[in-house]
Amino acid sequence: MTEPTVTPPVGPPIPAGDPSVVPSPAGVDVTVAAGLELKIRSQWSYARNRFLRHRLAVLALFLLIGIFLVGAFANYIAPYSYSAIDFNNLLIGPTTRAQHYFGTDELGRDYFSRVIWGIRTSEEVGIFVAVVSSIIGLVVGAIAGYYRGWLDNVLMRVTDLVLTLPALAILLVLEALFGGASQWRTSLILAGFFWTGLARIVRGIFLSLREKEYVEAAKASGAGDMRIMFRHILPNTMGPVIVNGTLAVAAAILVEAALSFLGFGIKPPTPSLGVLVADGETNPQAWWITVFPGLTIVLIVLCVNFVGDGLRDALDPTQRRVRA
Amino acid sequence: MLTYITRRILYSIPVLIVSTFLSFVAVSYGGDPLGTLRIQRGISQHTLHLLYIQYHLNKPVPVRYWYWVQDAVEHKFGNSLITLQPIWPDVTRTMGHTLQVVLTAELLAMVIGIVIGIISAIRQYSIFDYVSTSVSFLGFAMPVFWLALLLQILFVDIYLHWNIRIFYTSGLNSPGQYATWSLDRLQHIALPVVTLALISFAVYSRYMRASMLDVLNTDYVRTARAKGLPEWRVIMGHVFRNALIPITTVAALNIGAVFGGAIITEQVFTLDGIGFYFLRSLGSLDIYAVMAYLTLTAIAIILFNLIADILYGFLDPRIRYD
Repeated sequence: MTEPTVTPPVGPPIPAGDPSVVPSPAGVDVTVAAGLELKIRSQWSYARNRFLRHRLAVLALFLLIGIFLVGAFANYIAPYSYSAIDFNNLLIGPTTRAQHYFGTDELGRDYFSRVIWGIRTSEEVGIFVAVVSSIIGLVVGAIAGYYRGWLDNVLMRVTDLVLTLPALAILLVLEALFGGASQWRTSLILAGFFWTGLARIVRGIFLSLREKEYVEAAKASGAGDMRIMFRHILPNTMGPVIVNGTLAVAAAILVEAALSFLGFGIKPPTPSLGVLVADGETNPQAWWITVFPGLTIVLIVLCVNFVGDGLRDALDPTQRRVRA
Repeated sequence: MLTYITRRILYSIPVLIVSTFLSFVAVSYGGDPLGTLRIQRGISQHTLHLLYIQYHLNKPVPVRYWYWVQDAVEHKFGNSLITLQPIWPDVTRTMGHTLQVVLTAELLAMVIGIVIGIISAIRQYSIFDYVSTSVSFLGFAMPVFWLALLLQILFVDIYLHWNIRIFYTSGLNSPGQYATWSLDRLQHIALPVVTLALISFAVYSRYMRASMLDVLNTDYVRTARAKGLPEWRVIMGHVFRNALIPITTVAALNIGAVFGGAIITEQVFTLDGIGFYFLRSLGSLDIYAVMAYLTLTAIAIILFNLIADILYGFLDPRIRYD
C-alpha cells in the first residue's frame, strides 16, 4: 500500500459550507481504516487539474512568465540602456551587428533593449492596475452586497455611472489633466476605471451567500460581520476575482499602450510599449520601430487572455467563455 | 412598455447631470482654460481680463457649470475658449465624417462577423472554426493604433516602392475634392474602416458563435429536426433568428468601444472626425469643446443602451418590462 496522504489540504481556504469538500483529517483515518485508498483533494487541486488540462493556457502561462521575467530583469538582460545612443548605427533595420536585433531608431537607440524595458513598464502597469482595481472591486462589491440598503444603492449607481461613461475619452481627459506623465499616476487612474465589472460580480455572490444557512449558523454562533465577510463569504469570490484580475492585466496593458501612444499616458523617455509604437508613426519607412513593440503587446495580451480563459474554465466553470 | 421607456429616460437624466458635472469639475481644475491664449502674441492683459469676466471664469466651479449647462442647451455648447468660434459647426462637420467611417465599419464587421460566427458554430471544431477563432483572438489582443499604423506603413511603402496608390493613408479627400460619397473618399476612408471593422469583427463573430451554439442545444431545435425539417430550414428559421437577439445588446454595448477606437484611428489617419477634434481640443485644453464631446458621447452611449434594451424586449417575448 502506498503511503496514505494524511496531510490535510493546505493553503487556500476551503469554501465554507460546500458539502462536496470534506476537509477533516478524521475522514482520512476512516477511509484508511476501511482499506480504501482515497486521495483527498481540495477544490484547488481540482481547479489545478482542470487548468493543466488546458494545454494552450499552460503554454501561454509559461510564455507569459518568461516574458515577464525578461521584463523584470531588464537591467540584466537588455544589451543597452533604453536611452543609450549608438552613433555608428542610426536607423538601421534588424541585424545581429552590435546586438541590434530589433534595429535602431534615428537617434541610434537599440530597439531590442527598448522593447525589453517597455515590457517592464507594461507589466508593472498591468499588474498594479489589476491588483488595485481588484481590491476596489472586492471592497465595493462586498459592502454593497452584504449591507444592502441605501449603501448598496449608492455604490451600484456609482458603478453604473462609471460603466456608462465613454471610457477612453474620460481616461484621456483625466490623464491629460492629472496624469502628469507619471507611470504610477497613470496606473492609478486606470485602476479607478477597471473595478466596476468585478464589483458587480462580487456583489452578486455576497447577495446570494448572505442568505445561506451556513452564514446564518455562523451568525447564530456569534460571528461578527467582519468574520462572516472575510472568513465565510470572501473565499467563495476568489474564482471570479482571479479570473477578472488576470483579464484586467491584459486590458490595462492595452489601454495604457493606447493612452501612451496618443501622448496622454506615460511619456518619453520612459519606454512604454505604446510610446515605442508612437515613435514608429514618425518613421513609416522604418517598419521595425512599429512592428516589434506592437508584436510584443499582442503576444503579452494574447498570453494573458489564454491564461485568463484557462483560469475561468478551471475556477469558475459556470461562467460562459465569451469575452468582449 | 411606455412607462418603462419613460422611467429609463427619467433615470438617465441624473446620470447625465452627474457625469457632465464631474467632467466639468475635472476639466475646470485641470489647468488654466485661457493658458493657450495667454502665450499668444498680441493679446493684451485687458482682453484676457474681459474674456475672464465674459466667460465667468472668476466664478466658482458649480456656478460656472450652471452657466455651461445654459450655454449648452441654448447655444449648442457655445463658443470655444481658444478660437472664440462657435463649437457646434465643428462638431456637426466632424461628427458627419466619423459617422460615415464608423457606420460603414460597423456594418461591415457585423455582416462578416455574423456570417463567420454562424459557419463556425455549425462546423464547430472544424479547421474553419479554429482559423476564425484564432483570428478573433488576435483581434482581441491587437491594439487598434498598432493595426492602423501597420496598414498605414504597408500602403505608404507600396506607394513609395511601386508608385501605386491603392488607398490613401491620411485625410478625407484629395485636394479639390469634397464629395461625401466618391471613389476618392472611399480610397481615403478604406483603411480607417478596415481597422475599426477588424476590431469589431472579433467581438461579433465570437458572440454570434456562442449564441448560435446556445440555440443549437435547445429543445425546440431538436424538435424541429425530429419533425423532419431540412437542416437549412432549421438553421435559418429556428436557430439563426433566435441567435441574433443577443447580438443587438452586443452591438449597443460596443458603441463606447467604437467611439474610443475612432479617436485612435482618426488620430493615426489624420481624419477630420469627432475623435480627432476631441484630441486636438484636449491637447490645447479647449475645455468647452472637450465638454461638448464628452456630453455627446455620453448621450449616445445612454441612448444606445436604451434602444438595445427596448429592442431586446421586442425581439424576445420572454423578456417583460413593467
